[in-house]
Amino acid sequence: MMIQMRGIQKVYDTGHVEVRALKGIDLDVDRSEYVAVVGPSGSGKSTLMNLLGCLDTPTAGEYVLSGEKVAGLDRNRLAEIRNRHVGFVFQSFNLLPYATALENVELPLLFGGVAARERRARAAEMLEKVDLADRMHHKPTELSGGQMQRVAIARALVNRPTMVLADEPTGNLDSASGRGVVGLFDELHDSGQTIVMITHDMGLAGLANRVVQIRDGEIVEDLEAAA
Amino acid sequence: MRSVAAELALVLRLFRADLTHQRKRMGMTMFAIAWGTLSIVLLLSFGEGLKRSLSAGARGMGEGIAVVWPGATTRAWSGLPSGRAIPIRDQDVELVRSRVPAMSAVSVEFSRQAALTAGTELVNARLRGVDPEFGELRNLYPQSGGRFLNARDISRKRRVVFLGEELARDLFGTEDVVGRTVQIDRATFLVVGVAQEKLMTSMYSGPDRNQATIPATTFKSMYTDARPSNMVYAPVRPELGDTAKAELYRVMGRQHRFDPEDERALGIWDTRENQRITLNITLGIQIFLGIIGGLTLLVGGMGVANIMFAVVKERTREIGVKMALGAKARQVMLPFVFEALLMTVIGGLAGTGLSLGLIGLISVLPLEGDAFDFVGHPTFSPAIAAATALILGTIGTGAGFFPARRAASVEPAVSLRCE
Repeated sequence: MMIQMRGIQKVYDTGHVEVRALKGIDLDVDRSEYVAVVGPSGSGKSTLMNLLGCLDTPTAGEYVLSGEKVAGLDRNRLAEIRNRHVGFVFQSFNLLPYATALENVELPLLFGGVAARERRARAAEMLEKVDLADRMHHKPTELSGGQMQRVAIARALVNRPTMVLADEPTGNLDSASGRGVVGLFDELHDSGQTIVMITHDMGLAGLANRVVQIRDGEIVEDLEAAA
Repeated sequence: MRSVAAELALVLRLFRADLTHQRKRMGMTMFAIAWGTLSIVLLLSFGEGLKRSLSAGARGMGEGIAVVWPGATTRAWSGLPSGRAIPIRDQDVELVRSRVPAMSAVSVEFSRQAALTAGTELVNARLRGVDPEFGELRNLYPQSGGRFLNARDISRKRRVVFLGEELARDLFGTEDVVGRTVQIDRATFLVVGVAQEKLMTSMYSGPDRNQATIPATTFKSMYTDARPSNMVYAPVRPELGDTAKAELYRVMGRQHRFDPEDERALGIWDTRENQRITLNITLGIQIFLGIIGGLTLLVGGMGVANIMFAVVKERTREIGVKMALGAKARQVMLPFVFEALLMTVIGGLAGTGLSLGLIGLISVLPLEGDAFDFVGHPTFSPAIAAATALILGTIGTGAGFFPARRAASVEPAVSLRCE
């Protein structure tokens, strides 16, 4: 089992009000699964994504990612786990504006301490995979939205993560670019990449092979799509 | 290390991006740093110039020398009462010369007032009779074309004189003086040398520029009742000064029968003491000036820190992204520290360049007068460069560290949510 969550709770203490964002989530994701997490805003899906991506730690419960217990680790250990196991794809791309596409893709390798030559080669290879070989030395401002998201996907994949964690990956794209990105996710899924996608777009969620619905901090439905 | 280099390349690009983004603020801050550096470098250089002038002045009389006068005992010794006068005799100087190996040079000094005439000019000046070693001991160096007294002058009791430069001017005006004759108490002397001008802040019996120096033997034959007024010596090495002094007291004590522990039996002025004090005073002045300059620079450093705090705030989201991609605290902090250091170093280099230019300018200005002898020569030294670099580095690192620490405390989950 790649992802194992048991009794995950997350409580935000804002000082005078306690917000129970997650009220006990049990979730298992297997290797090569393509899971969509859906739910209305305020349902706790963003909180779940933060926990899945090790950006935050749960208030209670147990989370084992690829055999490693995540709960209770310090910031630097969490950073290492994100670096090795999680490839983020954000709605707003989150590329560094002053760096080229190639440098953006190199970042996870840089933080992982990969040597310069290998870093460059792997980043270039990944950009070729997302059909951006001719855009390597362009800055994000010189790229279209779809191209930026593909750079971001290349960045998410470059360190061969345990899972790709995507948050509304098509949210900021026109439908044509969105289709391109969705196609890319399909290809990834076919090649055996584990993908967890957070979205409120049921159409997008329908492309995954499993849909987990969240409401009020609890899983209300977990459907395996018919193959 | 390699990832540090790659980080650096990114930092440089960031720096350029920031520079266009907040050009005015960064420009002002780097100017503040340059100004602070300017004040540090200038103040320290003035301090250094002052130190060199002061120590050159203190050395004008001689480097590490001691002057010994007759004294009086303060203790009874070998059946002799205290309060007994201890003279310095010719033969004592010879004895000290042969018995004290810790001394590199010894000279007797006779002195009296004498009337010097050249043509129609009559000048009353201090006349002294000395050994050839006196020139080295007391830093009496001849202007070109002349020489100081030598061993032959002594052994042959020659009537030759070495003139202080002001005395030579008073007697002869500005003409060539070496080879001309001067009457000293109606005896004719040949001028063999004129002293080079020098800065002299410590002295006994007046500045050297107004004195005439002749061989001790000649002096004795002219003034047959003369007794040495003092002797001058230098230790072989500065650290042997105390040994030389102790041996002097031992040799003289045996000769004149006084307690070698009786300090006052001889009057002694050990100039190493003065030089130590001068050094400490000027060091104190330099530290003081350095602190003033450092405080000025600190203001610039606060400007840098202020900018860096703003930059951290602006880049909160970017920091979150880097963290999501696996950047550790150190990797988040490094660019900010580098950027602050870069700003500081650029400002510091500009300030240093500017102050070097100013120092060069001051050195070519025709500044005349006694005061400028001391403050008119600001001097840049490697020690100042090192001190400035150290202060700049510390301030730059500090100005980057605290904002960077704030950056590292960013919560990635929170920062990614803020659109």
